[in-house]
Amino acid sequence: MSGVGLVWSNLFRKKVRTVLTLLSVLVAFVLFTMLRSVAVAFDSGGFGPAGVDRLQVSPKFSIIDPLLISQLREVERVPGVAAVTHADWFGGIYQDSRNFFPKFPVSPKSYFEMFSEFAIDPDQLEAFQNTRTGAVAPAGMAARFGWEVGDKIPIEGDIYPKLDGSRLWEFDLVGTYLHGDRRDETGSGVFLFHYDYFDEAKQFGQGQVGWLTVRVEDPEQAAEVASAIDALFENSLNPTRTATEDEAQREFARQQGDIGLMTTGILAAVFFTILLLTGNTMAQSLRERVPELAVLKTFGFTDGSVALLVLAEAVLLGVVGGALGVGLGTLAMMAIEPQLQQFFGLIEVTWPVVASALGIALLLGLVVGSVPALTARRLSIVDALRAR
Amino acid sequence: MAIVELRDIEKSYTKGRETVDVLTGINLEIDAGDYLALMGPSGSGKTTLLNMIGGIDHPTSGSVVVGGESLNGMSGRALARWRSRNVGFVFQFYNLLPVLNARRNVELPLLLTKLSGKQRKKNADTALEIVGLGDRASHKPGELSGGQQQRVAIARAIVADPALLVCDEPTGDLDRDTAEEILDLLAILNREHGKTIVMVTHDPKAADHASHVLHLDKGRLSGDAS
Repeated sequence: MSGVGLVWSNLFRKKVRTVLTLLSVLVAFVLFTMLRSVAVAFDSGGFGPAGVDRLQVSPKFSIIDPLLISQLREVERVPGVAAVTHADWFGGIYQDSRNFFPKFPVSPKSYFEMFSEFAIDPDQLEAFQNTRTGAVAPAGMAARFGWEVGDKIPIEGDIYPKLDGSRLWEFDLVGTYLHGDRRDETGSGVFLFHYDYFDEAKQFGQGQVGWLTVRVEDPEQAAEVASAIDALFENSLNPTRTATEDEAQREFARQQGDIGLMTTGILAAVFFTILLLTGNTMAQSLRERVPELAVLKTFGFTDGSVALLVLAEAVLLGVVGGALGVGLGTLAMMAIEPQLQQFFGLIEVTWPVVASALGIALLLGLVVGSVPALTARRLSIVDALRAR
Repeated sequence: MAIVELRDIEKSYTKGRETVDVLTGINLEIDAGDYLALMGPSGSGKTTLLNMIGGIDHPTSGSVVVGGESLNGMSGRALARWRSRNVGFVFQFYNLLPVLNARRNVELPLLLTKLSGKQRKKNADTALEIVGLGDRASHKPGELSGGQQQRVAIARAIVADPALLVCDEPTGDLDRDTAEEILDLLAILNREHGKTIVMVTHDPKAADHASHVLHLDKGRLSGDAS
């Protein structure tokens, strides 16, 4: 038997109590792993790698304000701008609101030139360009919904009704494309359709777009180009805020709500409860074996080593519970990630999340174990044996 | 040669505003290999005196020398180290760890040594053989009778091979026959293994097994009844 064996045996003197405490710690860390991963994905924008040479021109004050397609022409003339495209948030429901996925009206040629990392068959791109009701979907999404090229995809326009008052938009699927990342496996990504058809058929907002994407000639000059674009529209009815694609994704996420603050609040409440629960368990466990600890001291265990034994139990409980929780949380995240991806983008349990979880688990053990350890350290052999 | 030397021991403690004298003017020498029984009524200071000999309590004044080492000036850490090498403790209520089997309970004091795991196990098994429980090594305390638990406690007390055993009412929780077995075992440890034993007891029959008997009354040693 080793010291660790002694700690482990002591921890399981009341199996049911320890298992229940361990489960509560585990559940807390499952929550931590999942919520932090979502928050990290949300904070980073989470919609895949951003281009280093791309800027996003968004409405200055809110994502629900529009920009004008005419602004695109002006941005094209800003020195340092190599190319510009546009997109908009369509909303829309495919069959059921649970089938949510983003849908953007775009100009096919310029959009795929801008996002050159997306792979599309040139014939299909041409068909997309030449078909006013045409649409292309990520290959994974098409597989997910069983779509094939040639299918009609009906979408209910919850934001944009059509000129005739109907809300049914029908698109002809003319092709599929690949992102070249994990979105291809999970069936997420953006359903793209023809802006010209959208602009012509929608009931309001003609000539408006949601945002512009700009490619700069020199990424080193991105900040100057961004300032120049914003200066151009500073006193217009549609002022802009231009940022790198990465920053724009984060800004978009922030406008949905401060997920980081919300998750931190929830987790703080959870961990405070766990702290009290585990602390009570450890205190109870200490009270039950005061004479045993005194006996250890009579054998020659020093005050420090007895304190360390008690502290090690709490740390072991925290770290084992934490590690199991992170493992289970990771598995759970992998299981539900495809469903969450459409709302939060790509979600992964990252190493910093794992490391911070294990750090918190260790801290939890140290905090919970410190008072019982101090009590054990101060325990007088004579008093403890007399109390027996 | 004296293994225990107590000189002018006084022990008192404060209870509220009152000072209670527990031991007064104790002078005692115990020779190596002796088997001493300390008797006396409850509250006479027997256990306090035993605790001082075992290095787990300090006198208010006076000197305690055990095995040639003065315990008076030792720090808590040094005393702990000293106890681990020199004294074995046997308690009335055994004080075994219920989560560990007999072998692991006996092995506990050896965790403080540099012995390998294999050697610790071997020594623990030897100690259990000596107390006649070689076949109960894997049993937990809850699976053993009171007498067997006290034998395990004695094995734990001798496993590090200390010269001195201090026993506080070792038969106080046992029936007469089992008590006799335990007392016989202590006598064997004294006679055949050369252990010096200091035993506190209320029981005159238990004291009969010792080679010397001392009486404590109101904190004073009242004479040798050997």
